[in-house]
Amino acid sequence: MNAADIGLTGLAASSILIAVGVAISMWRHLGLEGQLLWAALRALVQLLIVGFALQLVIDNENSLVYSLIWLAVMQLFASYTTWRRAPEVPSVFLLALIAYSASMIVTLGVLFGFQVYEFEGRTIVPLAGIVVGNSLSATVLLSRRIFDAGRERRTEIEGRLALGLSAVDAFQPVLRNSLRTALIPQIESTKAVGIIALPGAMVGLILAGVDPADAVRVQISVMYLVLGSVATTTAVMSLGISRKMFTSSDQLIRRS
Amino acid sequence: MTTSATFELSGVVAGPPDAPILRGISLEVPCEGILAVAGPSGSGKSTLLRLLNRLDDPVSGSIRWDGRDITEWDPRELRRNVAMIFQSAPIFPGTVLDNFEVALPGIDLDRANHVLDRVGMPSELLERPADQLSGGEAQRMSIARALLTEPRVLLADEPTAALDTAARRTIEDLARGLADSGVPLVWITHDTAQLRRLADHAVVLIEGDIAAFGHLAELNRHGDARVRELVGATLDEESE
Repeated sequence: MNAADIGLTGLAASSILIAVGVAISMWRHLGLEGQLLWAALRALVQLLIVGFALQLVIDNENSLVYSLIWLAVMQLFASYTTWRRAPEVPSVFLLALIAYSASMIVTLGVLFGFQVYEFEGRTIVPLAGIVVGNSLSATVLLSRRIFDAGRERRTEIEGRLALGLSAVDAFQPVLRNSLRTALIPQIESTKAVGIIALPGAMVGLILAGVDPADAVRVQISVMYLVLGSVATTTAVMSLGISRKMFTSSDQLIRRS
Repeated sequence: MTTSATFELSGVVAGPPDAPILRGISLEVPCEGILAVAGPSGSGKSTLLRLLNRLDDPVSGSIRWDGRDITEWDPRELRRNVAMIFQSAPIFPGTVLDNFEVALPGIDLDRANHVLDRVGMPSELLERPADQLSGGEAQRMSIARALLTEPRVLLADEPTAALDTAARRTIEDLARGLADSGVPLVWITHDTAQLRRLADHAVVLIEGDIAAFGHLAELNRHGDARVRELVGATLDEESE
């Protein structure tokens, strides 16, 4: 059997693991059988669709155009999801769109600019997916945290404003805390990689028959991409939100 | 007599446009002494003070300070001239000295000690983490911090409401000293006894309008019993 092709029987066999989960749920009366099966089915269908669509994009003679369209749709969807999860944050959709775009330009700019990867459909979509997928939760978390901090630490912020500090300076300590909180989990998981967990990209490549040394190189570039994209997205997002929280006369806007 | 006013308010409406808190007030804040702002809760006292520091803007009407519309001032420059202290003193991370650095980056130790002395605090407190100060000490620190920008007016939003009697008296003495040294104060208070100890003038707000304004002696004889009560005239009547 080719390592890269697990076939339908292989897929069916691996689904036994879902059956194990279901069995445990029934045994311990967790009531999660339905959700487990639904999640497994959704993952299967979603990934099959993505795989099929990727195939279409890669094989197409306008592969580059289609993959850039894909990238744009992905950003729109991520911005929409950010808005859904943090609707209280002002202009969050637009800010998220700007932040994800900035992050794409910076991170993919480096990877393609230095020819780490070929600029083609095969690479654009998966790499962009990593950028958005990993930045999303950090962005949502950061947005809500900054916004809440503006309310919770109002006295402190206005105390600084009242001393004649600019909005940027008055908000800086709050912003720094929020950014640190958003970035630290990413840094921690980067440090733990290989010791606690073997990362997905590397495992996938090795299982698909790629030489482990090559797989490691790919994985490292992916990890740095994740770190870079989370840092860029959250930095842009935090600057955007903090601008929305103050008037041009350095007043903290009250929101009920 | 415009030279004798620091702030001149004209037709100021502020708060949510559909339910304004201040409903078109006009006022000339005296350039000397302590102006007490009295009134029931929700009458617009804090709203008024926030406008003077430009933490908020009015919906309509104009506010002038030092002869210029306050929107013409750079807000940061205005706030350094028109300092504000709050009911609950904002404490920034770090030591007392770190807190002073926020107001005056690169402050030297002499200056820090001098301002600490001015608010009656010993110099060893300079290295104390600010969040370990007592309520009274924290408020005095916040006054010292505000004084570092050398303000020409001090706005105080019930600065002693959360303090015990001794701490309250210390802050009142400090306020009197500042007023005597030429820094006028606008001082919100709920405490009529304090108002009588401290105020030279008083403005009484009721439901977003000015019910009375003038020298304390004049307000003692005001025709409206609510005004007399809010400036504590009844306290003296009772003690007579």
